[in-house]
Amino acid sequence: MSLEALLVVSAVLFGVGVYGALSQQSFVMIMMGIELMLNGAMLAAGAFWAYTAAGQPKAQMLVVVLFTVMAVEAAIGFALVINIYRVRKADITEKLKKLKG
Amino acid sequence: MNAPLLADVLFWLFAAGSVLSAWRVFRADSMMRAAYWLFASFVGVAGIFLLLGAEFLGFILILMMAGEMTIMVVFMVMFMMNPAGLNPMTMVHQHRTSIAVGVLAFLGLAALALFADFPAAPVADTSRATAELGTELLGGSMLVFQTAGVTLLSTMIGAIALASVRGRYGDAEAGSTEPQIAPEGVGRGSHAMPAAKEEPEMDEHHGHLGHG
Repeated sequence: MSLEALLVVSAVLFGVGVYGALSQQSFVMIMMGIELMLNGAMLAAGAFWAYTAAGQPKAQMLVVVLFTVMAVEAAIGFALVINIYRVRKADITEKLKKLKG
Repeated sequence: MNAPLLADVLFWLFAAGSVLSAWRVFRADSMMRAAYWLFASFVGVAGIFLLLGAEFLGFILILMMAGEMTIMVVFMVMFMMNPAGLNPMTMVHQHRTSIAVGVLAFLGLAALALFADFPAAPVADTSRATAELGTELLGGSMLVFQTAGVTLLSTMIGAIALASVRGRYGDAEAGSTEPQIAPEGVGRGSHAMPAAKEEPEMDEHHGHLGHG
């Protein structure tokens, strides 16, 4: 276990998340891709806390902030999916072509 | 087996499990299973946190994700087609581009991880990380902590406002429905709206007709 190995694992998670967020059609699957990206970011922040910050608790605060970001993303994402489903009966991005105008 | 070797083996197990389940998220036939695979990926990262000595973060991550993934599964069953995964499911667009961008993102970040020069200041083995984080949360970084709390509160209010059926001035979707071509569609959602409020909407419909 080393900083490099941790960062490479987090890079893999981020890459898979990017792939998912770009390729999926369903709104909730796109949210899953975004959460995977945040997962990789959290792992990287934890790794930096453990290997480069001499154990300062302030570095762990960054992970706490990322938790908050993830909770906000999930809550607003679910609310938007409910709203779009109710208004447009859409559950995949292809049904929202009207946005193009 | 000595402790560092055991930690290494556990780390690679958690890392491989996390990456594999991340990949399975987008290969599962059922979105419900995809949500559980995502949870497995988070558990792997939480395990790595425990190995690093950040026990609080690891357990909070598991608790938070258990709740969130449960909500997500309920969501899948409510809204999405094919929740049971009886049929094969591939719902992707711009697939090749996405793969290319994902690989590029990985390569860029991995190159950064391998070739950048980071300061080496590891955590001491005697670190009391959880106690120190608690003191930090309610001491030096209290403003950050409180701001996170207020942000979450406003998020909750915003989410309720977005998701509720009825807004303060009528149906929540009144402003966001597509304009109807046929004049019959004008009466949408009028039961909760005073008549005067509907006039601009009617103008908009006529304008639309004129364009068509």
